[in-house]
Amino acid sequence: MKLLIKNGRVIDPASGTDDTLDILIERGKIVDIKTKIDGDGPKIIDASRLVVAPGFIDIHTHLREPGQEDKETIHTGSLAAAKGGFTSVACMPNTTPVNDNRGIIEYILSEAKKSAVVNIFPIGAVTKGQKGEELTDMADMVDAGAVAFSDDGLPIMNNYLMRRTLEYSKLLNILIIDHCEDTNLSSGGVMHEGYYSYLLGLTGIPSFSEEIMVSRDIILAEKTDARIHIAHLSVKGAAELVREAKKKKLKVTAEVTPHHLFLTDASLENFDTNLKVNPPLRTKDDVKALIEAVKNGVVDVFATDHAPHTPDDKEVELDQAPFGINGLETAVSLFLDKLVHKNIISLQKFIEMISTNPALILGFENKGRICIGADADFTILNLRKEIIVDVNRFKSKSRNNPFHGWKLKGAPEMTIVGGKIVYPF
Amino acid sequence: MPFNHKHLLGTQFLSPSDITTVLDTAESMLEISTREIKKVPTLRGKTIINLFFEPSTRTRSSFEMAAKRLSADIINFSKETSSMVKKESLKDTVLNLEAMNTDALIIRHSSSGALHFISTFCKSHIINAGDGAHEHPTQALLDAFTIRQEKKNIEGLRILIVGDILHSRVARSNIFLLKKLGAEVTLAGPPPLVPEEFKKFGVDIDFNLGRALKGADVVMMLRIQLERQQKNLFPSIREYRNLYSLTRKRFRSAKKNAIIMHPGPINRGVEISADLADSAKSLILKQVENGIAVRMAVLYLLLGGKEREITD
Repeated sequence: MKLLIKNGRVIDPASGTDDTLDILIERGKIVDIKTKIDGDGPKIIDASRLVVAPGFIDIHTHLREPGQEDKETIHTGSLAAAKGGFTSVACMPNTTPVNDNRGIIEYILSEAKKSAVVNIFPIGAVTKGQKGEELTDMADMVDAGAVAFSDDGLPIMNNYLMRRTLEYSKLLNILIIDHCEDTNLSSGGVMHEGYYSYLLGLTGIPSFSEEIMVSRDIILAEKTDARIHIAHLSVKGAAELVREAKKKKLKVTAEVTPHHLFLTDASLENFDTNLKVNPPLRTKDDVKALIEAVKNGVVDVFATDHAPHTPDDKEVELDQAPFGINGLETAVSLFLDKLVHKNIISLQKFIEMISTNPALILGFENKGRICIGADADFTILNLRKEIIVDVNRFKSKSRNNPFHGWKLKGAPEMTIVGGKIVYPF
Repeated sequence: MPFNHKHLLGTQFLSPSDITTVLDTAESMLEISTREIKKVPTLRGKTIINLFFEPSTRTRSSFEMAAKRLSADIINFSKETSSMVKKESLKDTVLNLEAMNTDALIIRHSSSGALHFISTFCKSHIINAGDGAHEHPTQALLDAFTIRQEKKNIEGLRILIVGDILHSRVARSNIFLLKKLGAEVTLAGPPPLVPEEFKKFGVDIDFNLGRALKGADVVMMLRIQLERQQKNLFPSIREYRNLYSLTRKRFRSAKKNAIIMHPGPINRGVEISADLADSAKSLILKQVENGIAVRMAVLYLLLGGKEREITD
């Protein structure tokens, strides 16, 4: 089937394109891009007054399947992604059982084929059961379809093991993603350690529990010359460490989430469990530093860390609640409203950080760009559309999102995956 | 002065005039407990549940007695003998109890903010009897009441709080309350238990107890818990006692008419020497006695309504 996207403002940071162009799609690929393509036969999408961007890629999603289907499934997570403007998501391995072998990769991919409306890319666990003891069969898992490895929220504390992980990853030229947290320092913590944790009598997670691990990872990245991606940067000190690492041209990349950019620890004053997330919401100073880090290229990628939890999981005492924010359906509008419309970053930069860069980091050659031969994954944005976040209208199975009620300007208008319109549904 | 609060969640949410209103109301309650018949009909027909998810001797009995002296019906709930051992959630537990048409819930819970959470779905008045390391407002109110009884005025007093500040809801509630009434508050204890960030609450910190005691009008000792040692927050009880135990010798640095307080339960011979705890300087049992009047005042102000009579 042919599809023709007409009159859109096409922005492709990879080639520096920002122009009104028509795009012709055939069999899931881009076959032509021109100022004017005559539509005779193909289905036509009128994208005038809209922005056509290469499909957005979330490098950090939790889909919960297999094992925690009460929170989310590959199907519902993919619907949430499509509605949120994402054409591809990379899903973390903390499922039940843990995604630590070929069997789980194959299961996720076969479920995705059956029920997902966006591309699903599994991230394998670095260690069996995420226990931080024995490496998984990484080559076998890459062969099955793993696009990166991470022990996610149970970070590898053992420096010896992290060294061997990074060394081994070079064999496969595969990305290692690290959630940087010294769990001895953060043990028992439920929020950022600082004025508010002392005020509220809650156990804190100090900034330096992240800084120490980022610093360790950077040292090991330098010694092993391996690639490492720092998940959800949350503190100023860690951003400074990444900046230094980039100056040295190390293979270190970093991501940041909307909640770490737009919320602070002060918001926990009402003990709302929807604000309990790891790494925790930090201070105003950290937020300022992270926005600076986005502006000056220290942060490469915007990611959601979409972490769905049921109301029953979250309607408990704060210290009993699981960590996590449901983010796929609010991320794009938050970035557009709070960063692009506020002129903090350009629209091109935003697209680069949410599509071009994640594709480069994950090694997706045919994604994250608009050129002939590339995959026909597109996120079409309406910069003027005003929305009010309503968690009750989420496609995700869960509702744990602290931006409920926020008025935001700019939203995904249409999501196209492999030449098929997957949103609006 | 009117007391316009639905709940008592913490002293940080009270204004200085709210605090004075509670203390003044408690003055008028004090006498009821000394009568031959220790009972007034003020809260007749009101149903209150004492919901204690953590152990308690003083607070629970004190609230129960306060409610009974105001003629309210009060029942006691304890976690160990409830369906929570069958994994019933906190929310379901509270909703089920509230379905029995309660007017107030007095709650103690080990999680900071548990009462804020409960207040999001609960219609009854909620009174905080201690939530995690967050607040224990009636303790701070009864402490202020006791200090006021002895010293007349709290403003300008030098008050020293000693011990595990980090984990103490009593310390927090007292800091917020005493600062609002104009006291000068100093914290003392081992550095890991007395974070510098507390200075942002307007207090001074001195890790040396001997020095901190100089010129103190009131010395509040906090219970030190053994499990803190297991987390290496201080090396040993022996070392803690050597550095932070309130002994007669150390207490001489305080003002001549200084008083000693402790929220209980005390570790005799650890944070305070036994003879000092039992001495005339110590108001530990006075605090317990005053606790009933203060809690009667709180129950009255929240549940009583303006038209009711305090005395019969």
